[in-house]
Amino acid sequence: MAIQVQEQPFYGLTPAKVGIWWFLASEIMLFGGFIASFVVFRLGATGWAEAARHLNVTIGIVNTLILLTSSLTIVLALAAIQRGDEAALRRFLGLTILLGCAFLGFKVIEYTGELRAGYAPWTGTFWSFYYAMTGLHALHVLGGIVVNVVLLVTTEWRRRSPHRIEVAGLYWHFVDIVWIFLFPLLYLA
Amino acid sequence: MSPLPQSGMSAPHAAGHGEAGFWRAYVFSTDHKTIAKQYLAWGLFWTVVGGLLTVPMRWQLAWPGSDVPGWGVVGASEYNVLVTMHGTIMVFFVAMPILLGAFGNFLIPLMVGARDMAFPRLNMLSIWVFGLASLVLLVSFFVPGGAASAGWTGYPPLSGKVEYTGSNWGLTLWLLAHALEFAAFLMGGVNFLTTALTLRAPGMTLMRMPLAVWHQLAATLIFLLSVGPLIAGAVMLLLDRLIGTRFYVPGSGGDPLLWQHLFWFFGHPEVYVLLLPPVGFVCEVLPVFSRKPIFGYRWILWATGGVVGLSFIVWAHHMFVSGMDPRLAMPFSISTILISVPVAWVLFAMIATLWRGSISFETPMLFALGFIAMFVFGGLTGIFNGSAPVDIYLRGTYFVVAHFHYTLFSSTVFGAFAGFYYWFPKMFGRMLSEPLGKLHFWLTVVFFNLTFFLMHNIGLAGMARRTADPRPFEMLQPHQWINEWATVASFLLLAAQIPFVVNVIRSLVAGAPAPVNPWQASTLEWSVASPPPHLNWGEALPVVERGPYEYSVPGESQDWLPQRRPLATGA
Repeated sequence: MAIQVQEQPFYGLTPAKVGIWWFLASEIMLFGGFIASFVVFRLGATGWAEAARHLNVTIGIVNTLILLTSSLTIVLALAAIQRGDEAALRRFLGLTILLGCAFLGFKVIEYTGELRAGYAPWTGTFWSFYYAMTGLHALHVLGGIVVNVVLLVTTEWRRRSPHRIEVAGLYWHFVDIVWIFLFPLLYLA
Repeated sequence: MSPLPQSGMSAPHAAGHGEAGFWRAYVFSTDHKTIAKQYLAWGLFWTVVGGLLTVPMRWQLAWPGSDVPGWGVVGASEYNVLVTMHGTIMVFFVAMPILLGAFGNFLIPLMVGARDMAFPRLNMLSIWVFGLASLVLLVSFFVPGGAASAGWTGYPPLSGKVEYTGSNWGLTLWLLAHALEFAAFLMGGVNFLTTALTLRAPGMTLMRMPLAVWHQLAATLIFLLSVGPLIAGAVMLLLDRLIGTRFYVPGSGGDPLLWQHLFWFFGHPEVYVLLLPPVGFVCEVLPVFSRKPIFGYRWILWATGGVVGLSFIVWAHHMFVSGMDPRLAMPFSISTILISVPVAWVLFAMIATLWRGSISFETPMLFALGFIAMFVFGGLTGIFNGSAPVDIYLRGTYFVVAHFHYTLFSSTVFGAFAGFYYWFPKMFGRMLSEPLGKLHFWLTVVFFNLTFFLMHNIGLAGMARRTADPRPFEMLQPHQWINEWATVASFLLLAAQIPFVVNVIRSLVAGAPAPVNPWQASTLEWSVASPPPHLNWGEALPVVERGPYEYSVPGESQDWLPQRRPLATGA
């Protein structure tokens, strides 16, 4: 039986894109819950600025630059598949994965330093927030890396549904943007 | 024409279940109708568990300290487990899987003219993650220390430390089960919204979508945007319990009130997640059984939009006496009472739909009318609870228990039964017995009121909810008869479900085959076979010509015009 399947793009958005936007909306609320709680506590608490001074701002800045660059490389990967250049797709997707791993590597170095200096999740409420928020964000980075690795090692999607790299990119940008909020809130405020 | 590749719909899926074996067709199915039935099965299973948990609870309240037959004496800790798990199960494992999981999955693709959900495999993952959540919750009953017992709201510090309740793994698994369930419903929710926005049949404009679909979307939207903060809060609670973080620990900078804010930021919108789908069912049932268009389709949509918006700014009415800044009481009282305006608006539209209609009282209609009557009553007591000065007296009493049972029981039982009796022929291809259905309705409505009405009174007399033993409270002694009365009535309410069970089994075994359109309804799902085939529409998608409620149109020979263009004249 020939089955006629049809989709009506919603204001030009394919189902995959509409879906990822709804998912990201719920993610905004998840991080929003953390961020709003943090801000309310930060405004009412004393001593948090002092605690925040023990964070490694240098690593924070480096990691910010790494994530921003990775947002560029995943867009270049999208541009590559749009012009049919699979070699460039592999190159930029690989670069994005490497940058994501570098971010996590620096994060591990940072956590180790803080734990050695005696700042653990149970040291105080600031540290509880710091570890929970950055930890949750790191899990999201890890999830993004897994998606990107799947896109790198599988090839079938590249002809059948090339938009997948764009959907993965939207998620990756979101993870990037969350960090843009976390960095000043935790390290600089 | 050859099968077109569609993003999110894989080729093996489109190949159809016709050739699929048992496992692919009934267990690992991506068909939205099968997934709906799987959600329904889980929901009914948990209904039995959650319902039976009330037996020892009610027995203990009526005849405290006596032996519950087949159970033994209910101790205080045990009572806490019962009351916690009853609330948790009914809200998260009965109402959500049935109202959204079962009805949403079944109705949305059929009513908008899609072949399936936008992401069928994600949909299958959703039911499987929900099954995992159910298993985790089941296991939590049998771990040392017992299941969670910190109330369904799980307030810290009570829930923060094992020593306070004695439930260690029970409460941790309880949190895990919720996390899994939320993941399942997020996957489902993304599917619901995406399907209705992108997979509508030709001619199915947004303003021709049936209200049942709109209300599923509204409920999904509320869930999607409110659950994030609760997940954040639950992560904090889990970390507090497992590794000793300081989110909710007063004295080292934390604050237990933070949990209440995060919980109720989700928890109050959640009651609208449970209310809106049944509102949608009733909006389908009323026009069909009064042969009239729904009154004010667009006005209902605007009102529901108002409910969605306002539902996010009412949460602190649960916290009037919790120690939050008392200056917040007034704004939250106002927003709470304000939300009754759009809700009342929808109810008036429902009543206006009945006005001068040719009403017939089939079982779905009876339950729909039962929903309106009971919900209005529950809504009225909500005004008492929403006013801060009154709530300071009523908070945490049986008045509140009566209030939320009148609202939630009316939506998730009366509303769901209205939908169930209405769509059962489409879902299972068999007709239900009308006499048994009517008996079920009348017994349910009578014993529901007998169970819960007098709880208002004993609440006003000062009985606190979650009281495990009323004997030590002298002021309750003259009212103990109410507890006995409510207990007997609640047992009869449980027994009143027997006609329903008999009806369903009888119909599945030997019921009359359901015709395509037994109720002469105009929405799309009534234009395909009962039950609909895999991929729903045969070779050609339906073409939609008009709105969903064209009943008794002047000058037409039949009193209903189907939304779908007749195949004979179709393209």
